[in-house]
Amino acid sequence: MNRILILFAHPRFEKSRVNRALLAAIRDNPAVTFNDLYELYPDFNIDVEREKALLTAHRVLVWQHPFYMYSAPALLKQWIDLVLEHGWAHGRGGDALKGKLVFNALTSGGTRKEYAAGGYNRFTIGEFLLPFNQTAARCGMIYLPPFTVQGTYLLTAADLEYHALRYCTLLDRLSQGDFDVESLQTFSFLNDWLDSETGVPQS
Amino acid sequence: MNSTFLNDALVYLAAAIVFVPIAKRIGMGSVLGYLIGGIIIGPFFLGFVGGEGKDVMHFAEFGVVLMLFLIGLELEPSHFWRMRHLILGTGTLQIGLTTLLLLALFLILGFSWPAALACGLALSMSSTAIVLQTLREKGLSQTQSGKSSFAVLLFQDISVIPILAALPLLAFSPVQPGSGEHATFLEGLPGWAQTLALLGAVALVIAAGRFFIVPFLRFVARLRLQELFTASALFIVIATASIMTLVGLSPALGTFLAGVVLANSEYRHELESDIAPFKGILLGLFFISVGTSINFNLILGDPLKIMALVCGVIIVKFLVLALTGRLARLSFDQNLLFSVSLAQVGEFAFVLFSFISQLGILSVEWTDTMMGVTALSMTATPLLLLINERVLLPRFGTREKVETTADEIDLHYPVIIAGFGGFGSTVGRFLRANGVQATILDNDSDRVELLRKMGFKVFYGDATRIDILKSAGADQARILVAAIGTPDINADLMQKARNLFPHLTIMARAEHTTEACDLLDRGINDIYRETLDTSVRLGVDALVKLGFRRYSALRSGQNFIRYDEAALCRLAPHRHDESDYIYSVREEIENQEQLLTSDREINPAMNDHAWDSDILRDEFQNRG
Repeated sequence: MNRILILFAHPRFEKSRVNRALLAAIRDNPAVTFNDLYELYPDFNIDVEREKALLTAHRVLVWQHPFYMYSAPALLKQWIDLVLEHGWAHGRGGDALKGKLVFNALTSGGTRKEYAAGGYNRFTIGEFLLPFNQTAARCGMIYLPPFTVQGTYLLTAADLEYHALRYCTLLDRLSQGDFDVESLQTFSFLNDWLDSETGVPQS
Repeated sequence: MNSTFLNDALVYLAAAIVFVPIAKRIGMGSVLGYLIGGIIIGPFFLGFVGGEGKDVMHFAEFGVVLMLFLIGLELEPSHFWRMRHLILGTGTLQIGLTTLLLLALFLILGFSWPAALACGLALSMSSTAIVLQTLREKGLSQTQSGKSSFAVLLFQDISVIPILAALPLLAFSPVQPGSGEHATFLEGLPGWAQTLALLGAVALVIAAGRFFIVPFLRFVARLRLQELFTASALFIVIATASIMTLVGLSPALGTFLAGVVLANSEYRHELESDIAPFKGILLGLFFISVGTSINFNLILGDPLKIMALVCGVIIVKFLVLALTGRLARLSFDQNLLFSVSLAQVGEFAFVLFSFISQLGILSVEWTDTMMGVTALSMTATPLLLLINERVLLPRFGTREKVETTADEIDLHYPVIIAGFGGFGSTVGRFLRANGVQATILDNDSDRVELLRKMGFKVFYGDATRIDILKSAGADQARILVAAIGTPDINADLMQKARNLFPHLTIMARAEHTTEACDLLDRGINDIYRETLDTSVRLGVDALVKLGFRRYSALRSGQNFIRYDEAALCRLAPHRHDESDYIYSVREEIENQEQLLTSDREINPAMNDHAWDSDILRDEFQNRG
């Protein structure tokens, strides 16, 4: 069983219905550890040793966060800066995270169509996530395409349920090792990989 | 050293050790403990000490002398000046009117007018020791009644001096040389000459204090020998006292003046802490010897007369105090508390009565009676306070809770805040700003009135009372914020809450590390030390003013708090390894020492390696 660590960063979790739905769906998965960063470190004073111990104990890391101004909320950046230490995660002798899988699970108000060359946001989600991508590479981790829930303002209750179910399926398969890394990396979104496997059309 | 001395010392100290804790336990205060101890070992009960009680009393009167010296020292003129209206107004009214009424009472009883006046003056005193201690134990020092009590007591303490000076004027017969007393220069002089001599001596003491004592202390202090300073402090007091005795005046007066003169010197605090232990033990001895000298045959011979006198005196004092409080614009509750707590006769009456008796103003029999009355009225104080708290205030004063109307379903708020002083009120305001209502428990009636007007749900009374906790909704609430300013009361509250309402999360205010350790021992985990966060914030700002970048300073502060809280948890269980601590001050110092030692290991940037580019620079140079 691959243990999964959700590194969740949301400064207004209590108001986020999408993230609440996503997290409710995966709560019962025994492989998942939920690490609520804003709840743990409201003063941005991250306990680096604790975080490092958690990382060591898990195989799959998920940066789950809302997509604020084309990136993650500040605490997640703080977490990346402080926890992924030189000499531990990267640099000389820094191979603690080598071979682990990592991806972003994000929610955005804009739809996928708006994130494209010529679209309202001019660049794709994948392009915006390049810093995460390279951070993972720098630490010797395997960076997977993101799992996204987009156009969140327009989602109906049924849509929410659908996305939550997909997220649940995704984490189930990742924890059970039911995937092939190379084929995963051919997709732009983990959502698309799930769709291609099950044949469910994009909603 | 003969064996009689050792035996006596043994009996007196044993009496103190046995009875003072018992008296404190049942809420009577240490003065009564000493008195009762004295009564028990005295000739009328166990008879361990006999007639020599009087001699010991003469010796122990030196404790009173030391106390007056300390009172003088504490009489910082600027402080006195700030409170002058309160002190002069309430003080003169209280002493003047009480004396007048008692004078009338005793004249009716057939006293000569000097005797009646002397008794009136002596009985108008209240017990500083009992009242201040009671107020502090109940956490009421900062209330309006607490401040007024302090003012009245201060005025009384000061007035002892002129009263002692004036008493010889009342004596028709010349001063009888007391047994074992030296003959004095002034013996046989008429009253007016004695008074004149007194003024001369006063001038001498003041001049000596100004021009001799302070330079002398400066010299001693430069030698840096602690015990020599203590010796000098005692020397000053004893020298002043013996000069005064030599000219036949009250040594208490002299040392009081010396104290006042030295109150402005830079050695005030050192003198205070050096003299205080001697004062404490001698004063204890004094009260014990008063206890031994109370003539119980007299009291038992005519209990009705004594009881009538006790009641009469207490009622007169109470009425005058109530009037005084009224004029000082105390609210009803505060006034009741003020009047009840000051209605006893104080320890100074013992001093005054023994002086009065020496002067021959009052017969020995009446002096004994008056001493008995004084002691009994002191004994009655805790009882009166209890009646006030449980019977009078709930019925006539601020109600413990505001009655809810029938249609209003009893609201139970999730938070109870006990103690709404500076600390608790900030918590309460913050919660309210976030829409969380709290039930408040407080024992300051003025504050309770105000809060009720502001729409808070407030219960008035002693938060450690189980019935009050229950009616405040402790069964349903989720959090109890223990924010009472008196650590003992706060700890008592938490103990009860934990036993009776185990579901409550207790969040505790702690004054300092020692208190926090005690709370940890009791299984309280949410502890908020007053001396941690604010101090660190100041330190952070100090770093910033010294040129540190603000965020680095802030991070360092955050790390320090986290480190300190972890250190506390490590420290707490180890404290009891060596022995049970009795001296909390020493313990606090030891805690400090432990913390300071381990601070050397602290690295303010312990979690910030990633921001530190020194290591990286190295690697990049190699790469290039």
